[in-house]
Order: sequence, then C-alpha cells, then structure tokens
Amino acid sequence: MEIKVRGIHKAFGSFPALGGVDLDIASGELVALLGPSGSGKTTLLRVIAGLEFPDRGAIVFGEEDMAGRPIRERRVGFVFQHYALFKHMTVLDNVAFGLRVRERRERPPEALIRERARELLELVQLGGLDQRYPAQLSGGQRQRVALARALAIEPRVLLLDEPFGALDAKVRKDLRRWLRQLHDKTGVTTIFVTHDQEEALELADRVVVMNRGRIEQVGTTDEVYEQPATPFVFDFLGNTNVLPGEVRGREVYVDGQDTPIVTASLHGSGPVDVYVRPGDLRVTEPGAPGFDAVIRSTQRTGPILRCEAVTASGQAIEIEVPHLHYDTQTLRPQQHVRLRLNQFSVFPRQTRNRDGTLPDVVPNAPAEYRARGRA
Amino acid sequence: MSTITDATLQDPPRLPPEFKQGPLMRRNAAVTEAPWVRWTLTAVALLFLLGFLFLPLIAVFVEALRNGVSAYFAALVEPDALAAIRLTLLTAAITVPLNLVFGVAAAWAITKFEFRGKSLLISLIDLPFSVSPVVAGLIYILIFGAQGWAGPWLMEHGIKVAFAVPGIVLATIFVTFPFIARELIPLMHEQGTEYEQAALSLGASGWQTFWRVTVPNIRWGLLYGVLLCNARAMGEFGAVSVISGHIRGQTNTMPLHVEILYNEYQFSAAFAVASLLALLALVTLGLKAYLEWRHGDELVATRRH
Repeated sequence: MEIKVRGIHKAFGSFPALGGVDLDIASGELVALLGPSGSGKTTLLRVIAGLEFPDRGAIVFGEEDMAGRPIRERRVGFVFQHYALFKHMTVLDNVAFGLRVRERRERPPEALIRERARELLELVQLGGLDQRYPAQLSGGQRQRVALARALAIEPRVLLLDEPFGALDAKVRKDLRRWLRQLHDKTGVTTIFVTHDQEEALELADRVVVMNRGRIEQVGTTDEVYEQPATPFVFDFLGNTNVLPGEVRGREVYVDGQDTPIVTASLHGSGPVDVYVRPGDLRVTEPGAPGFDAVIRSTQRTGPILRCEAVTASGQAIEIEVPHLHYDTQTLRPQQHVRLRLNQFSVFPRQTRNRDGTLPDVVPNAPAEYRARGRA
Repeated sequence: MSTITDATLQDPPRLPPEFKQGPLMRRNAAVTEAPWVRWTLTAVALLFLLGFLFLPLIAVFVEALRNGVSAYFAALVEPDALAAIRLTLLTAAITVPLNLVFGVAAAWAITKFEFRGKSLLISLIDLPFSVSPVVAGLIYILIFGAQGWAGPWLMEHGIKVAFAVPGIVLATIFVTFPFIARELIPLMHEQGTEYEQAALSLGASGWQTFWRVTVPNIRWGLLYGVLLCNARAMGEFGAVSVISGHIRGQTNTMPLHVEILYNEYQFSAAFAVASLLALLALVTLGLKAYLEWRHGDELVATRRH
C-alpha cells in the first residue's frame, strides 16, 4: 500500500513533536525512520498507525485519508518495542487474535484461523512452539511472535517501533538480516523506527533522517551516507571531523591552508565548515591539497588504527585507517603529516558547540516524550 | 530463506523448580544477625501474634460454644439472627458488584486516560479510607434523614433510605469503594496501555479489548480486591450502625446484631454470630493467601494492605 504523509503537525503540550512532515512511501518499500531521541520518529510512526492523532495534516493510504480514523479501522500491523504479547494467551492464540476478533460474517472458520496462525508461525520459524506462553520464549522469539501476530491481519502496512531495541547485539544482527528476507518474501510495505544508523543503513531501502520533529533528508542508504543534505545528517550517520574552511568558486581551503582542494561544483564564497569522516582522511605528500596535522596518539581497535591529531589551527581531529594500510607506517605519535580528504561535505558555517557536536535531544522535551524515544 | 542459527530458536533456560515456588530465601552472611537475635525477634513476633490475634479468635469460638453446640445453632437460627444474616448477605450482594463496576471504571479512567483533575479523583477515591465510618453514616443521615436535604422529598414519594436497607447499602458502598479501585490502579498503571493498543491495532473493538485483554490482565488483582471489599462489606459496623437505626429483624446486619446481643448479656448468642464473621475472615484470609501464593507476581504491584 502506498502511503503519503502530508504536512503533519503534532504537539505534546507546548512541545512540538512533529513540525510539518511530508513523506511518500512506495508500495512494498522498507523504510527506516532514523533519528535521535526526541526527533519525532516514533511519533510519526504512531501517527501513521493511528495511535496518535495529528493536530494538522493528512495520512493517505492509497487514495484514502486516514488521519481521522482510529487504529482499528486502518488495518496496520504494529509491532511494539516490547512486543505487547498477550501473556495469558498461547503463542497460537496471540497470532490468531486479529482473526478471531473480526465480525462474524468476516471471520474465517476456527479451523482455518488455526491453520493460518500455524502457517504464520512457520513463516517466522516458530513452528512447534504454538502452545507455549510468551513468558516461555526468548526475546528474539517473542519479537517474531509479535511480527506473526501483526502479519495475521494482512496489514496494509507493517509498522515496527525500535524492533531490535530490546534485544542483545548478536540476536539483533541475525534478526535484522532475517527481517530483510522476510520483507522480500512477503512484500508488505514496512516502516520501522530506529536510532541506530547501522541498523537503518543495513536494513532499509530508504532512510528518513529526522531531527527535532522535521525530516532532514530522505534517500537511499547510499544517498544519505555519501551526500548528506545537512550537517545534522552527516553528523548523525557516523563519526565526524569538523574543520574550519573557506570556499572561493570551485576551491575549498581547509583549515587556513593555502593549497585549495578544487571541487567539481561551484560554491558561493565565504566561510564554511568542512565535514569529513575519520576514515576518509589519508596521508599525502607535503604541499598537496589538504591540510597539516600533528599526530597526538594512536590506538589499535580491532581491525582499525585510530589516531587523534591536532590541525595547524588547533582543531582536534580523528583519523581511522585499516591497520594493514601503508599509512599506518607514518601515523605515529608526534609525526607531522599532510592529510588529504577523500570525501567531504561543506556546509555554511554555523554557530555550534565547541566540540563540534550537534545537540541531539531537544532540551525542553517533556520527560515522557524523551523516554518514549529512548531505546 | 536462511535459517536463524542463533540462540533465539532454542528454548529459554528452564528455571529450577524452587524458583516457581517464589523468591528464594538466601542466607547472606552480611545481613544475617546472630542466632539468638533471630530467635528472640521471631519469638517476640510469634508471641505478639498469639496474644493479640490468635487467642481472641479462639476465645470467640470457645465463648460461642460455651453452652453447647445446640445452643450455638439455636442462636444462629433464631429469626432475628437469620434476618441479620440475610441482610448482611443482601448488602454484600448489592455492594460488591456495584463497587466492582465503579472500581474498574475508576481505575480504567485513571490509568488509561489523561485528563484534568486526575490527582483530585485519586484523592477522592481514598476519602472513604481517611474518613471515620461514623462520619460516612452521618453524611447519609444528613442527606436522606427525616430532617435531611433529600429526606422529606423522598418520604413524600414513599421511598425510605435512612433507617432502611437502601441507606445501609449506600453507606456500605461508600465505605468499601476504595478496595477494588485501589487494588487495580497500581496494577493497571504498571501494565500501561500497550496491550490495549495492540488489541485495537489488530482490529478488536473497545468491548472485545476490555474483555479479552484488559480483564484477563487484571483478573487476579480484581479477585483480590473483590475479596477484601466483600469482607469489609459484611463486617462494616460504624457507618451502618449510624444509618440503620438498629431495627431488629429489619435493619440489623450481623455486626449490629452481635452488638445488640452483647448489650443484652446474651454472650453465647453474641459470640455465635460473631463466630460466623470470624469464619468469614478466616476464609477470606485463606483465599487471599492462596491468591498471593499462586499469583504473587501479578499482585506485587498492589501490595498495600
């Protein structure tokens, strides 16, 4: 089912959770809503589901505006962060619930309901556990029961709130891959909320990056990672170095150096912030386009050598090199190096915190709202 | 589709059977006192229980049977006593279901919705606990009595509330109202609204959600509340005493009947009726203990009484 979100505004008291959100989701797509706590991603999901009603705006499923309709009329499969399995029912009864509560003339016969529920449990690889109670299952199993229960009503859209938030790292990774395969098999339009950029990038067809109740960027995983539209997106999707710079036409001068990097596109003139990931910095010969730095310390973490360095203007930066890379020969404490930027983004300079991070939680968000956004 | 090879497909670890019986009592050297301290404390507690709870209870039964078993039963089947028993049962039969509905409705409203004046409502629910039952009885006299606000009008229409059964029921409802609501509020608060939201998202109606999801989630807490409410409804003395008028055979409940008999120096009859109330208390206690033992985890949020 194709979903259109149009001009959604939603406030909790005086806190604006969503400030005008527009989003198009194609039928059969797997979309991630990614953002920090308080960014409005969960609220957007709940508005699409019908668990919250927007103050303004439209939610269109296909051709139908759903914004004023309650959740039970929307036929959405919602998987809660903590699954909300009915603990007094067996796994089978949980999955069958959505079919059993239908009105008599739409309700399939009991034998068919049980068969359908067993099929779904088979699909989520829980065949044989149908007489267990939720308390007798592991976290990952509960998650999949919740998924089967949501799929039982043949939802127009599947909505998952932090689907892996309550699981440990190993289970999380396996389930992530498995969910991707399940989606490819069932083809149900799926939207999930996460604050983990790795999860979003690995699982989703498209990523919606949200911040402070607005969408910062919508794009494929490559687009948001390679061409971040805003400093926030760049910062949120990975480790970031921010260097002072200046642009003149096609030339970018980094950190007050006089050898510019010549770029393909034309910029306006003026001071900028140059955003570069630690892994996109490489050692180059003196005088080449780039900037100078002095290595302060190095540390090997797994397959990566991580260096802390200081630029000529005193800016602390981080460099990451695979430990087999030849740069590791040069990257020693106290070394003076010239660094080139393999890939970077420039944004007009903004006033910001000294440490180069963007505040990720809106400070005046009410406590319960912050709690809801948390893992 | 590949299969999941991690631990999620395996059974969760099974707990050793002693865990199912309740929390394990572990001896921890750091918080364990010397044996003589433990024994002394235990002995003091037991002696206290023996002296203040167990002995009086025994005394009730001993006194009741002092003049023999036949006298005991004679006191119970005496018409006034039977009328009192009937009235007590009737009052409980009306009060408990009504408070069940009110209690669930109040707890539902308080825990599932946000509205203005919620904390005021919570305080009001506690009011019957903090007001002396005598005052509760007086309130109803003030409203429904012959000189009260609504009394004369009701009299004209032939409805008698004060010094009649409706007054007794009203006073009992007032006094026992908090038991069920108080039991449910913490429980339902802890459960939140996610289960209901899940049921609604699956297409259930509000009514289906209530019966199939909410009620099963709160059933043991509810039963516990009903038990306490019933015990109090049958045993209530103060409020009922004020509003009933003590008319023998008509507006006398069991506790009132016990008092009347006692004041008339019919000790063994008084204790015979009292023994019934004591028996009720024991049954309630037994059921309560059973519920706590069987469903302690679901009741733990409400451990207030």
